[in-house]
This record gives sequence, C-alpha cells and structure tokens, in this order.
Amino acid sequence: MKNLDSVFAAYLFAWGIFFVYYLTVARRTAALREDIERLKSSLSRGK
Amino acid sequence: MTKHALGIAAVVFLLAAAAYGSFFVAPTDVRQGLIYRILFLHVSSAWTGLTAFFICFVANLMYVWRRAPRWDWLGVSAAEVGLAFTTVVLVTGPIWAHPVWGMWWTWDARLTSTFVLWLLYVAYLLLRTLVEEPDRRALFSALFGIFAFLDVPLVFGSIRWWRTQHPQPVVMGEPGSGLDPTMWSVLRFSWLAMLCLMTLLLLARYRLEAMRGDLEIVRREAEAA
Repeated sequence: MKNLDSVFAAYLFAWGIFFVYYLTVARRTAALREDIERLKSSLSRGK
Repeated sequence: MTKHALGIAAVVFLLAAAAYGSFFVAPTDVRQGLIYRILFLHVSSAWTGLTAFFICFVANLMYVWRRAPRWDWLGVSAAEVGLAFTTVVLVTGPIWAHPVWGMWWTWDARLTSTFVLWLLYVAYLLLRTLVEEPDRRALFSALFGIFAFLDVPLVFGSIRWWRTQHPQPVVMGEPGSGLDPTMWSVLRFSWLAMLCLMTLLLLARYRLEAMRGDLEIVRREAEAA
C-alpha cells in the first residue's frame, strides 16, 4: 500500500477545494440576497 | 427535496462512484503502483477546467458581438469555475509527481503553460475588480478573456510539440499510446462526474452574477430617482 497517503491527500485536497469554493459562492449569494432585501425595503420606505 | 438539493445529491453520488471506480475498479498500474490512481482525479479535473475556459471563451466572444449582460455573467462564472478545477490540477499534479519524479515541480512546457493559464484567469478576475462601470468592465474582461484563451491550445499541444517531464498523451496521442480499457472507462466516468460538478458550480455562480446584475440596475434606478 505504498503511497496510499499521497492518493488520499490528493482526493482530500481536491474535494476540499471544490467544497470551499461552493461554500464561498453560497455565502456570497446569501449576502447579496440580504443586500437586495435591504435595498427593496429602503426603496419602499422612500416611496 | 428541492431541485437544487437533488442536483447536489446526484453530483455527490457521481463523485463518490468515480472515486470508488478509481480505487476499486481500475486495475493497479504495474510500474507506478497505487499512486497512478491520482490520474483519474487530475486528468478529469484538467479536461473539465479546459471545458470551463472554453465556455468562458465562447461567452466572451458572444459578449463582444451581442453586448448582452448575460454573456458577461456566463463568462465570469465559467472563468471562476475553470480556475477552481485548474487549482485542483496544480495541487494534485505535484502530489503525484513527488514519489514518481522525485520532485514536486519542474518548469517544463506543460506545467509552465498550465501555471500561466491559472495566472491569466486570476488576472481576468482581478481586472474585473479594477473597472467600476459595468459595460466597460464587461467589454475589457471579455477582450482579456479571449486573449487568455490563447494559452489553452498551448497547454493541449505542449506535450505533443515539445519533449517534457510531464507524461506524453495517453489519449489522442501517438500510435501505440493509450490506456487499458478498464482504466479508460473509469477515466471517462470520472470526467462525466467532474462535468456534472462543473455544471452545478456554474449554475450556482451564474445565479449569483445575475443577481449582482439585477442589483446594479436597481441601484442605478434608485440613484436616478
């Protein structure tokens, strides 16, 4: 089982990169949604 | 369960099946042993990254032609997703190279052109943060994206045109090159799983960019009112 740790490390890094990237996209989307809601409510207050 | 959650579950299942195939279905390579199994992850990520950059290139061309914001949104989304896949390529490659070559990295044509590709798309994303006006930003980044894509044929051809430390192509290579049929099937399945992951990430990123575009329009209207 030579180099098994390297193979696991490669898979772990790869899945980690994809997972973290997906999380950043989800977080940015949630933050933007909040911005839109805030803007909508401030616009409706101004009317 | 929502459509989105179902999509995530399907992609996770495909990725798990691809990993199972890489570890338990593909036969062990006689010369490299276990370490060659990184190939299924590394090569499929590389092909998927290049596919994402191709989508970015087409979107950039379409933006220059049509000037419709949706092409800009698709371009930046594909560039970012392609960058994530190319990062995986640049991380998994050295992990494979260290036990096989005895070194993590060498500046041969394939590795250098791939690293340059990664830098070009980082520059593409950075460029977007420097231009505030949306239409100018979209046009500049589309033109830069078209220029950045010129490196993709170089990455593809590097191991065919020059002598490199990186292995010669096993797919679309010279006569006599190729993979064992089971390895080839596992590699194709891994690529399919990666393409599904790319589609999922691309859709999520596109939604974010479309929301940003809408927000910019609302802000402009609010400022004008």
